[in-house]
Amino acid sequence: MSHSSPETLAALARQELEGLVKRTTPLTPKERIAITAQEMPTQDPAIRRRNVQEVALGYTPEQARLESMRCLQCRNAPCVQGCPVRIDIPGFLKAAADGDFQGACSIIKKNSLLPAVCGRVCPQETQCQEHCTVGKSLKSVDKAVSIGRVERFVADLERESGSAVAPTIKPATGKKVAVIGTGPASITVAADVRRAGHQVVMFEAFHKPGGVLVYGIPEFRLPKAIVQKEIDALTGMGVELKTNFVIGRTRKLKALIEEDGFDAVFIGTGAGLPKFMNIEGENLVGVFSANEYLTRANLMKAYDFGRADTPISRSGRVAVLGGGNVAMDAARTAVRLGASEVHIIYRRTEVEMPARIEELAHAKEEGVIFHLLENAKRLIGDKDGCVTALECLRYELGEPDASGRRRPVEVKGSEFIHEIDAVIVAIGNDSNPLIPRTTEGLQTTKWGNIIVDETGKTSIDRVYAGGDIVLGAATVILAMGEGRRAAASINERLK
Amino acid sequence: MNKILARTQLSDDVYMMRLNAPYIARERLPGQFVILQLDNEFGERIPLTIADADPVEGSITIIFQAVGKTTHNLADKQVGESVQSVLGPLGQPTHIEKFGTVVCVGGGIGVAPLHPIVKGMKAAGNRIIVIVGARTKGLVILEEQMRALADEFIICTDDGSLGRKALVTEPLKEVCGRIPKPDMVVAIGPPIMMKFCAEATRPFGVHTMVSLNTIMIDGTGMCGGCRVTVGGQTKFVCVDGPEFDGHQVDFDNMMQRLKAYRKHEDHAHEQCHLNAELSAKEKVNS
Ligand SMILES: Cc1cc2nc3c(=O)[nH]c(=O)nc-3n(C[C@H](O)[C@H](O)[C@H](O)COP(=O)(O)OP(=O)(O)OC[C@H]3O[C@@H](n4cnc5c(N)ncnc54)[C@H](O)[C@@H]3O)c2cc1C
Ligand SMILES: Cc1cc2nc3c(=O)[nH]c(=O)nc-3n(C[C@H](O)[C@H](O)[C@H](O)COP(=O)(O)OP(=O)(O)OC[C@H]3O[C@@H](n4cnc5c(N)ncnc54)[C@H](O)[C@@H]3O)c2cc1C
Ligand code: SF4
Ligand code: FES
Repeated sequence: MSHSSPETLAALARQELEGLVKRTTPLTPKERIAITAQEMPTQDPAIRRRNVQEVALGYTPEQARLESMRCLQCRNAPCVQGCPVRIDIPGFLKAAADGDFQGACSIIKKNSLLPAVCGRVCPQETQCQEHCTVGKSLKSVDKAVSIGRVERFVADLERESGSAVAPTIKPATGKKVAVIGTGPASITVAADVRRAGHQVVMFEAFHKPGGVLVYGIPEFRLPKAIVQKEIDALTGMGVELKTNFVIGRTRKLKALIEEDGFDAVFIGTGAGLPKFMNIEGENLVGVFSANEYLTRANLMKAYDFGRADTPISRSGRVAVLGGGNVAMDAARTAVRLGASEVHIIYRRTEVEMPARIEELAHAKEEGVIFHLLENAKRLIGDKDGCVTALECLRYELGEPDASGRRRPVEVKGSEFIHEIDAVIVAIGNDSNPLIPRTTEGLQTTKWGNIIVDETGKTSIDRVYAGGDIVLGAATVILAMGEGRRAAASINERLK
Repeated sequence: MNKILARTQLSDDVYMMRLNAPYIARERLPGQFVILQLDNEFGERIPLTIADADPVEGSITIIFQAVGKTTHNLADKQVGESVQSVLGPLGQPTHIEKFGTVVCVGGGIGVAPLHPIVKGMKAAGNRIIVIVGARTKGLVILEEQMRALADEFIICTDDGSLGRKALVTEPLKEVCGRIPKPDMVVAIGPPIMMKFCAEATRPFGVHTMVSLNTIMIDGTGMCGGCRVTVGGQTKFVCVDGPEFDGHQVDFDNMMQRLKAYRKHEDHAHEQCHLNAELSAKEKVNS
């Protein structure tokens, strides 16, 4: 794919829009479908490989309007069915098409608290955009209305212009709610519960709030300043934030209720337990979990050589095991840290990769090399215990498994070697067991996820949970949706 | 922000500090540690054992050796200044009960984390044999405190400048050879010392507990950077440890992993000394 400069894209959009706004009659569906699908302006791959600034630069106002005009305003709005929080998508696209960007943002905010984040990181191609009529009639989900990009545009505009109205907070109720964790689930709960007039205290184990949005997802995909703005909005509403405070250790969950006077507790501690492959050589020097690698790079700012005290491996040839967003983030971070070659090793094919399509495309543009239908069998080290090679097996696709994806089957005797200098294991995360282990009576599934009922309540009275700790490693929007539900139940309980 | 309430230099490069940390002081048990960070933007997170705590004052005591950039910068902080982040108490507390005779072996800075364990073991009614070792006399810390707790006290230095001229493994073997043999050994010190203590006690079949000081980031089980191989299985030191059965630990792998960032650390350490020299010169010049 050739890279079009942001200037070119902007100029083309300006021209096309000029032609359209002159019209006096409404556009027909056919005409709407004929409008050019707006490409996202990005940093040139050759340049961005060497910096951590955001890759996608965002639409111009003209692009945002044009893209919104592509929407057919379907009466049954199949896109809304695909949206986990049921945003009024045709509604906000109509406002954006008319140039009422503030209005568009307000419509989104009725259902979603974090549009600037979700516009950037939601897997739209398997949610709203998968069902879009425009994409269907053009026979490609890539040609669907870019709902997420318009969402991002209107949210960025609102943030940058400072035009967001502070939410109204009901009179103080005298009730107190503890929110554990500061990821998207917890941010949502804090906002919704605070608005109802309750006092809210958030507890975060790390020294900085934001959860995966801060320690996991890299700056080049989600600028940390955006997350910080959301946190600032919360503290501006009077939410109290305690960092370096790990519930289960610094204070037990039950003590919050029994001794500290909290009337309800929300657990949003995420899926922060890295999975390893349990293969030979996994503890060699130079083998990292993606969590470790990304935390060093993002939270500890190890990319800022010379300023950051936290070191990070900048090895020559890096292999990343896995095919999800986490694997793409690790691989693209390795590129930026100066790796000579970055290889993704995935045991299925590209179709089954759970990563967002855009991340996959960006990784390829940045020179990440993909090895499909392969999997690591063992890691080989030198006399100092440093990893030097990866022994892999080839795979074939067999029958579909429970997830509907075709099951990878190893090809016996197909062992071969990749020589590498570092390995990043990105095969997923399990739930962090710290709170379940230190909280008697809190029921979990056999995978360690906290069990909740349809209101988000756990097996303990007054204790609610949501996000990855309930769903297993999932998505930002689902975490937010769960937060919404739990907050509503908490507000109901405290009436 | 955690205020520094007291600061003492214990030896050439070992410092003791009391920090304001009321929650940690209330919850902590022997064997647990904190993760501390001097600067939330660019600083490193380093683990340090809680040497003591005062729940009434709301303070914890840490004892640390200035070995690299962060520990040097911490040593330079004065009473009244603050440490930006202190997280804890982390890790599993030491399993303390009445075992009978417990041999507590501390090497170098390892005496600091050992001290609260000795205190706990003593309080549980054990007979305590303390073996303290250091390279040289000037590096011995907490000698008086340890002597006061011990029923039997053995001190040795590599160069013979204090006590016996020996490595701690020598008296340890002798003690294990006694009849009846001790019921339990706790050994804390540099990895190489713990490795050889475990080797020393293995033939006697005396259970030997060691406290591992791997590299850490979060300290809550989130990154796996602290992982070690124990009995053929991967364990996370920050949540499963820091104490493990010394006879099961793969020390060679652990020591290799500790060196993973050696180049970076040496460079940062050097820079930190250069900067100190520069600012000392500037002070002289101005
Ligand atoms: C590298 C990476 C890339 C991803 N990319 C995408 C993407 O592109 N799109 C997408 O939709 N999703 C993505 N995800 C998934 C998404 O980030 C998560 O589903 C989402 O963040 C879950 O939110 P949460 O609020 O449940 O928890 P988290 O965001 O995990 O936050 C939990 C917080 O709780 C804190 N905590 C844990 N235990 C305690 C305790 N005992 N006491 C106090 N605090 C505690 C943690 O430190 C953390 O800050 C990605 C995940 C990763 C790791
Ligand atoms: C559970 C635990 C308890 C500890 N308790 C104490 C204590 O009570 N007193 C004490 O002096 N030291 C203790 N340590 C070791 C202490 O954390 C390191 O000395 C410190 O991190 C060094 O940081 P630095 O920047 O000054 O040195 P660096 O230049 O970063 O490193 C110097 C040396 O310290 C090791 N090291 C570096 N970073 C870490 C890290 N994050 N964790 C562990 N080791 C590291 C390196 O391998 C190197 O050998 C403990 C470690 C652990 C894991
Ligand atoms: S499905 Fe597509 S075209 Fe139809 S309303 Fe939704 S965004 Fe518009
Ligand atoms: S320090 Fe990260 S898992 Fe132990």
